[in-house]
Amino acid sequence: MGSYVPGTAAEREQMLKAIGMEREDQLYADVPAQMLLTEPLNIPSGMSELEVRSKMEALAAENKVYKTVLRGAGAYDHYIPSIVKYIPAKEEFLTAYTPYQAEMSQGILQSIFEYQTMICQLTGMDVSNASVYDGATAAAEAAAMCRDRKRSVTLISAAAHPDTINTVRTYCYGANAELRIVPCKDGKTDLDALQSMLTPDVASVILQQPNFFGQLEDAKAIGEAVHAAKAMFVLSCDPLSLAILPTPKEVGADVMVGEGQCLGLPIAWGGPYLGIMATTTKNMRKLPGRIVGETHDDAGNKAYVLSLQAREQHIRREKASSNICSNEALCALTAGLYMATMGPEGMKEAARQTTAKAHYLQAELCKLPGVELKYNGPFYQEFVTVLPKRCEVLKALDAAGILGGLPLGENEILWCATEKNTRAELDRAVSIVKEVLAK
Amino acid sequence: MKLIFEKSVPGRHSSLLPACDVPAFDLPETRQEPLELPELCENDVSRHYTQLCQRVHGVNCGFYPLGSCTMKYNPRIDEEAAALPGFTGVHPLAPADSVKGCREVCELAAKYLCEISGMDGMTFQPAAGAHGEFTGVLLIKQYHDARGDKARTKIIVPDSAHGTNPATAAMCGYDVVNVASAPDGCVDLEALKAALGPDTAGLMLTNPNTVGIFDKNILEITRLVHEAGGLCYYDGANLNAVMGHVRPGDMGFDCIHMNLHKTFATPHGGGGPGAGAVGCKEFLKEFLPKSALMEGEGHIQVRGFAGNFLVVVRALAYLMTLGKEGVPEASTNAVLNANYLMEKIKGSFTPAFDRVCMHEFVLDLSEFKKETGVSALDVAKSLIDNGMHPPTMYFPLIVHEALMLEPTETESRETLDEAAEIFRKLYDLAHTDPEYMHHAPHHAQIGRPDEVAAARNPIVRWVKA
Repeated sequence: MGSYVPGTAAEREQMLKAIGMEREDQLYADVPAQMLLTEPLNIPSGMSELEVRSKMEALAAENKVYKTVLRGAGAYDHYIPSIVKYIPAKEEFLTAYTPYQAEMSQGILQSIFEYQTMICQLTGMDVSNASVYDGATAAAEAAAMCRDRKRSVTLISAAAHPDTINTVRTYCYGANAELRIVPCKDGKTDLDALQSMLTPDVASVILQQPNFFGQLEDAKAIGEAVHAAKAMFVLSCDPLSLAILPTPKEVGADVMVGEGQCLGLPIAWGGPYLGIMATTTKNMRKLPGRIVGETHDDAGNKAYVLSLQAREQHIRREKASSNICSNEALCALTAGLYMATMGPEGMKEAARQTTAKAHYLQAELCKLPGVELKYNGPFYQEFVTVLPKRCEVLKALDAAGILGGLPLGENEILWCATEKNTRAELDRAVSIVKEVLAK
Repeated sequence: MKLIFEKSVPGRHSSLLPACDVPAFDLPETRQEPLELPELCENDVSRHYTQLCQRVHGVNCGFYPLGSCTMKYNPRIDEEAAALPGFTGVHPLAPADSVKGCREVCELAAKYLCEISGMDGMTFQPAAGAHGEFTGVLLIKQYHDARGDKARTKIIVPDSAHGTNPATAAMCGYDVVNVASAPDGCVDLEALKAALGPDTAGLMLTNPNTVGIFDKNILEITRLVHEAGGLCYYDGANLNAVMGHVRPGDMGFDCIHMNLHKTFATPHGGGGPGAGAVGCKEFLKEFLPKSALMEGEGHIQVRGFAGNFLVVVRALAYLMTLGKEGVPEASTNAVLNANYLMEKIKGSFTPAFDRVCMHEFVLDLSEFKKETGVSALDVAKSLIDNGMHPPTMYFPLIVHEALMLEPTETESRETLDEAAEIFRKLYDLAHTDPEYMHHAPHHAQIGRPDEVAAARNPIVRWVKA
């Protein structure tokens, strides 16, 4: 069996003796006897490192890793530079706790301060927190930060990611607050319907940009409508797209949220990912989660600390803005590292190539007889097609090592491309679709 | 040390992407604001982050007895397992027959953790301990709602609890009833009885509790709550003391969260990612969260997709390594190490409760402070000068001038002896040169930071001069 306990049998015996005990079971004298387990746990015996390695490799080998991924829907297969994989594995970053002791955690605190700054640069917002769990919870936390006594209803677009809607619904259920869904029209949030739903009890409206169907919403017009009703405008963005798309600030968002997975994190069957939250100076003290601030030490040297802690659970207990404490610090470090590695031009290039490849794929697919584009509005990275023989198409792609788009309603597929997909890969996928449809 | 932005040189970059091999596409609306991210070459980036990591104290650097946080050694084989392309390269919405390995990882981890906790069902969707608490209390809420029992509006929390417990109850729409602890740090049964009633939705409790003592009355406590119609939630923060010895399910708890990043050795990452696996008894399984996109609507959901999967991979590798023999052995040695360290420190500082402890213990420095003027904070900051991460300070709130130490099972006797010696040295120093300790640390990355200034005049991002 494996063990990470350093003490030898002799050492343990001496240590027991030092505390006045003879047997290990005396350590558990406080546990009522009827509760103590008398049989060993019903789990396998321990294994050596070599055996564990083979076992885990065998489990990983049971998964299929597609050479080409044309599926997004909340998890995007972007290129991850080598250095972005290496640095977060540094043992100090990996094994430290939350930086409560600033005097021995300046490295982590500074990395978060830098991440916060980069998120502000990317989004145009004034202040970012240190991260939350993921994009869906970021939206749910944003809904909570916008609620007050008079305004407690949250509106969310039906074109947001289904997991985001369901997570926001769950957080609202917890808080006994109401969530209403704004319907879609032609794959976009229905502005007229939204107008009629903006009652005086609405605290915030959550819009996803680009939305779940890949469509680019008229965020500015929606933001203006939301503000006219004195509600807060929460915009859920793909952060990489912001290198080229209008920023949340430019379209008038009060709170920006987003899924940070596209910033250097692997798709990894759904996690760990990164929840991004940023807002205006006015709403800074309502932000949940950790925020790192700059200050100075007793000798006047620059120093970083966890700041504005009066918002948090360990001080405020039941009056805290959220129960969140440790969440995804290493993912935030990774995202910061990704942005620093890509630089402004690299970020723009990745976003431009992403949109170029997606549009190429769309154009080529729609040249095929029988394939139609479902929504005609502008899109960034994803689009929906209607086509016959959906099942056969996806199967044929699968057999060729290509993960096709996500099946949606009847005969619909939500396709996605990133800068990783080469023209040859896309051509190959299109020719496979063509073959199936021609049969 | 300079910020990464101060190292930026216009035009500098790494070459990462090939030229675009398809026609460019112009989007109708584009960003007008300039994008001012730092511009660096790869070596600049590497040096910068290496410098940062030299200003971090990890478990790999030295002793880290941060009470309640279980800073045990994080095995590197678990990291390698989590980095396998067969796990990192899997799309969360890939077809079921292509993700058999991921499903098996979760099934095995769930099976082992159910056995260790005495639960029947498990979810890995919650991303952290507090997130697990939120999920667990929502199980309780759904249970009462499904029965049409709308009168249960209160969650009972002992005054020794972590701040996340009352904050969680409030997020779930409950009023929090704080129950005072008995003088021995355990639940005061009379106070509990007085708090229970038809409005009780449930109780949140950790056992061993936050002063490191196993509450002997646990069966009576859970019985009383059940009798009142409430459910019992086990905060798994302190599970590292009892694995393979006693199970929360056998103590009468209905649901539980476990911190995979504490008890099951996955690294803390400077504040995540961890995972707050939530387990429950059979009758609560129908209320567990699910992903709307992966598994359909109709269930609560606490985040996107299936959770922090790569953290579950690490925990499974750890569980496979330890197995049925190693799991209880880890707990036994966590308790042995804590008692040994307490015994060694007892010669100088005073434990808040002078009796056998579980995996952690609390020192009460209030008398010591009266005597020397040196506070728990001063001692903590002086430990930094000695290369040791301070214990948890000023927690739990029921002990004044508290320092909470949790050595974990992966520390050797030499480390514990050295730590005790450092404590003894500081005890003496407090009696000879308290002034020196008021200004500690003297040899750290920085001196004591001005937190008041940081909160009063928040500077939360770098702005170009």
